[in-house]
Amino acid sequence: MKANIYITYKEGILDPQGTTVNKALNSIGVKNINSLKIGKYIELELGNISHQEAKKICEEACTKLLANHNTEKFNYEILDKE
Amino acid sequence: MKFAVIVFPGSNCDNDSFYVLKKILNVSVDFVWHKETNLLQYDVIVIPGGFSYGDHLRAGAIARFSPIMNEVVNSSKKGKAIIGICNGFQVLTEAGLLPGSLIVNKTVKFISRNIRLKTCNNNSIFTRNIKNSELLEMPIAHKQGNFCADSKTIDFLEQNDLIAFKYHTGNNFNGSINDIAGIMNKKKNVLGMMPHPERASDSILGNKSGIKIFESILGSN
Repeated sequence: MKANIYITYKEGILDPQGTTVNKALNSIGVKNINSLKIGKYIELELGNISHQEAKKICEEACTKLLANHNTEKFNYEILDKE
Repeated sequence: MKFAVIVFPGSNCDNDSFYVLKKILNVSVDFVWHKETNLLQYDVIVIPGGFSYGDHLRAGAIARFSPIMNEVVNSSKKGKAIIGICNGFQVLTEAGLLPGSLIVNKTVKFISRNIRLKTCNNNSIFTRNIKNSELLEMPIAHKQGNFCADSKTIDFLEQNDLIAFKYHTGNNFNGSINDIAGIMNKKKNVLGMMPHPERASDSILGNKSGIKIFESILGSN
């Protein structure tokens, strides 16, 4: 079992990194991007556990440490590893 | 009055704080390693600046789970004075002892320079030796110092006089909301601030503004 976790800023939180990168793309000719936001991507290798257990681990990891609840939101996907 | 300077792996202003307390103010102070679990003998706890745990994930996010932090939280409940400077401020917000968060500077750059700071509230153990609206000069040195909180939290801080310091006009280089540079908890025994008073406390550095904060804690002039 594998999980991919995505952490991004909540709506309304300024993302100066995203704004700067978007401006840079615009300056090199990659245009028409209305908004660009930068977040974090975290991969978990979870071994042979159930989907339910994987979900519990993701929730606990994000709630206790991976996301800052003042400024960030999280979501995740759980994948059966081939 | 006995001071503890907490040391995490990656702290780098611990010696500056220790020097000011021991050599300039001649008070009793110990370094306390983050794996310790006892702060009973200390009256004041300093959480210094630096890059605890390399700022991995978010500044302060991992340090808040160090064993000593349980005792820092207990000390806060007992009303002991706790001052977090720069990374120390980030650790205190991550630990939930202070509201809000410190996110990346609006310039996305590390900023290291002297700034002017306005004292907003001298009705606290950290600011009682400073005049209201008095301007202090001291350095900032951070990449994640952009204070951010929802409007309800900002209103709460403003209305309850919990903002100790604001960046003076033209000195808010990191983009902090309402120019906030330092805040206190509701009981006013915990202060977090991004500027470095310990780096502006020795006359050989040409500026002693910062020592007023430590003298306020000591209740001396």
